[in-house]
Amino acid sequence: MLTKLLSGDTPRSSLLTVILLIVLVCLAFAPFLFPGTKSLETAARICIFIVLVASYDLLLGYAGIVSFAHTMFFGIGAYGTALALSATGPSYVSLAWGTLAGAVLAAVFALAIGLFSLRVKAIFFAMVTLAVASAFAVLVSQMSWLTGGEDGLNYKIPRELTPAFKLVEEKVLDVRINGKLLAYYLVFFASAFLFLVMLRIVNSPFGRTLKAVRDNAFRAEAIGYRVVWYRTTATVLSAVMAALAGSLLAVWLRYTGPATTLSMEIMIDILLMVVIGGMGTLYGAVLGATLFILAQTYLQNLMGIASEATSAVPFLSTLVAPERWLLWLGVLFVLSVYFFPSGIVGRLRAGRA
Amino acid sequence: MPDTLLSLSGVHTHIGPYHILQGVDLLVPEGGVTVLLGRNGAGKTTTLRTIMGLWTASQGDIRFVDHVITKLATPEISRRGIAFVPEDMGIFTDLTVAENMMLAASNGPIDEKRLSWITDLFPPIGTFWKSSAGTLSGGQKQMLSVARAIIEPRRLILIDEPTKGLAPAIIKSMTDALKELKETDTTILLVEQNFAMASSIGDTVAVMDDGRIIHSGDMQELVEDTALQEKLMGLTLEVHQ
Amino acid sequence: MSDTSIKPRIEKVPLSEQFFQKLPVMLVPLLALAGLLAIGNPASWLTLTVAGLAMGMMIFIMASGLTVVFGLMDVINFGHGAFVAIGAFVGFTVLAWLAGWTESPSVLLNLFAVLIAILAAMLVTGLLGYAFERVIVMPVYGEHLKQILVTMGGLIVAQQMIYVVWGPDELHISRPEAFQGSLIFGEAAIEKYRLVAVGIGLALFLAMRHILQNTKVGLLVRAGVENGEMVEALGYRIRRLFLIVFMTGSALAGLGGVMWGLYQETITAHMGSEIMVLVFIVVIIGGLGSVEGCFIGALMVGLLANYTAFLAPKVALISTIALMVVILMWRPQGLYPVVKAK
Repeated sequence: MLTKLLSGDTPRSSLLTVILLIVLVCLAFAPFLFPGTKSLETAARICIFIVLVASYDLLLGYAGIVSFAHTMFFGIGAYGTALALSATGPSYVSLAWGTLAGAVLAAVFALAIGLFSLRVKAIFFAMVTLAVASAFAVLVSQMSWLTGGEDGLNYKIPRELTPAFKLVEEKVLDVRINGKLLAYYLVFFASAFLFLVMLRIVNSPFGRTLKAVRDNAFRAEAIGYRVVWYRTTATVLSAVMAALAGSLLAVWLRYTGPATTLSMEIMIDILLMVVIGGMGTLYGAVLGATLFILAQTYLQNLMGIASEATSAVPFLSTLVAPERWLLWLGVLFVLSVYFFPSGIVGRLRAGRA
Repeated sequence: MPDTLLSLSGVHTHIGPYHILQGVDLLVPEGGVTVLLGRNGAGKTTTLRTIMGLWTASQGDIRFVDHVITKLATPEISRRGIAFVPEDMGIFTDLTVAENMMLAASNGPIDEKRLSWITDLFPPIGTFWKSSAGTLSGGQKQMLSVARAIIEPRRLILIDEPTKGLAPAIIKSMTDALKELKETDTTILLVEQNFAMASSIGDTVAVMDDGRIIHSGDMQELVEDTALQEKLMGLTLEVHQ
Repeated sequence: MSDTSIKPRIEKVPLSEQFFQKLPVMLVPLLALAGLLAIGNPASWLTLTVAGLAMGMMIFIMASGLTVVFGLMDVINFGHGAFVAIGAFVGFTVLAWLAGWTESPSVLLNLFAVLIAILAAMLVTGLLGYAFERVIVMPVYGEHLKQILVTMGGLIVAQQMIYVVWGPDELHISRPEAFQGSLIFGEAAIEKYRLVAVGIGLALFLAMRHILQNTKVGLLVRAGVENGEMVEALGYRIRRLFLIVFMTGSALAGLGGVMWGLYQETITAHMGSEIMVLVFIVVIIGGLGSVEGCFIGALMVGLLANYTAFLAPKVALISTIALMVVILMWRPQGLYPVVKAK
């Protein structure tokens, strides 16, 4: 039953299983295990990024395509929901149609870019998506009449999902059972559901063909697979998933702006998470996203301590300054591409007895 | 008995997941022409490319004038005196004929005497000296490709199917040129499917099938021994045509 | 050489086809003409055209190395932008040291200061190019996916190192006295610096063309772009050639960085990745691997960006994307598709 839920793609390493279970339990009971706004924010971000990173892995790891437009699709989803909520009021109907519109628009964009540039070369696609995504980011920040420009959009979401809505008057286990908690569980269950859907996709005949195409496009073509079709479909699926993750973020934050959805920094974060977690293994997305966001939130504190400790050594202290954490992740990233292309998950699986 | 110039022993080559050469043993004696026969996919081109270092042998040894060259990089192999005329001719179409020849003379300026000998062998090289190599016909490109290989004295020239797709008249002039080349002290290892042409200039012969050498010996013997021909041709059908 | 050379018979190409073959070259004047019609005012048009050409030349300087590197070894360096930024920072640092010269009214001292800044920037980025090629790119030849990822990782590290060395703030600098101000042609005001940029860009393009057409290294590069294996089979070490080209490309990116920095008078660690978008568009438009195509693409992007910035400021970047899309619909491999043997 459990294996069926995971589409037969079990973690295949006892240590990995344990880690994944810990992550799952921690996320499922985050409001109770780690009370406090900051930890709940972190937990929700982790859920959303797991979906976002897994959807990117669909493209990078399973189809072998590098795209720099993933945040564009993420943003389209977020803005779709945000615009619907601000235009037609905080109802579930606007939430639904905004999300749907975002996903459809992302699919159409992905289809267009895919058909347009996947025929040529992976490298070509990477360059085209980079150009298109940055143009899109600029466009969004300039169309301030619609998108709020750099400031982004603040809007109301259905009242049942806000802290103002109290489900139970008393605290349970010292935690307020309010709309924020509901919103968290909406994010959590939606993320879990989307993750399982993606697990199904990569373990379907389609997913297996996709891997065959990745490993040997020429041969796959010769056997009779329509390579462009498979690649474009993967692009579209991945874009739709990213857009849905964007919608979740829009609901959770009640704010959507270029910095939280479209920026190149986020694109690079996603890239780091996929590669460090493990390309071509959706579980890698779980580990990558969890570790990265925890590091983003807490490692900087640690580096602050290191920086103070080394403050006597001028250059070294700047190297370990909290703002420079990306430097070390960048180094880790390069090293993992060379030495552990299958990331943490690959390591764990290889290490199993 | 002439000395061995090049020898392959137990050479295996993998290309991606495919195991193409499966233990090639081949001796190329110094001087004269050794012909490598075999049907499509037998591994002839792979053998030449492996000698040239364009693919690295996963097993076995390649010796050239008493030195093991198996793991050397292509430029190093070339500098030891082996020239290569690939199946696709490898012409730089963006460059002129003159520029193609200039690059081929990698040890310095072109030797004028040698060049005039070459333009006598292949008149179109002189005629189209200043034109873009991309505008040449197929036969002229093939001549340019061979001309490049001999613009400087080489000990061994690997030629991959120089008559493929050429008109009979051009095949004849190519054959004549190779015969004249044979008279210099250059050794030729020739991959050929045209048995008539191969037998007219070959001194020794090796027949390949499925990534191995299945017969090697004197060309004259093979020409005379029809029974052996039948047996080998049964395996290497295309040779017959 | 042989004096008996006879011209080969060249097939008569129909006039319409000749026109289409030459069309890419015509695109730049055509675009300028369209700009004139759309803008109307010749004085503004002249100012914008010079600005566009200057911008195009700078993009060309930065993009040329990238496109040749791709042509030769099938490597796209996503970290190329880091060299632009580092070049700019090194150049600015040198100019700040030489403040006495840049603020002096002597044109000669000004020029010297800029020249030293440029040389320092090119030296540093050239050497960094060497390190980048050996450490980052070499282990992943022939693997596109890893190449993109690793060079992107290199970009992240390089950008962070800029923060470490130069601090997190953007740098400002004024152009040397001699490059400040404008020349007036009738009603049109043309910034001196833009003319300088056009001059340097044009000189560089001509020098590059000369090297590629007439020197042995240039011939080897062109031959290598078409068929690297054959170049090796003729006895040349293409890896070494590639390293030289990679270092030259990096040094040119550094030069472009200094020029771009002096143009904007402000630089940030992120400037590289921002400019890379334009650089990629230019390289795609020109055809991956083609220097001529890159030049034409850069001029078109520069002109279009400046015209649209004047006519409809909000769509400036979008217009260059649109240009790319239109060009690719017409020629899916770019203006000058590069012939590859394999």
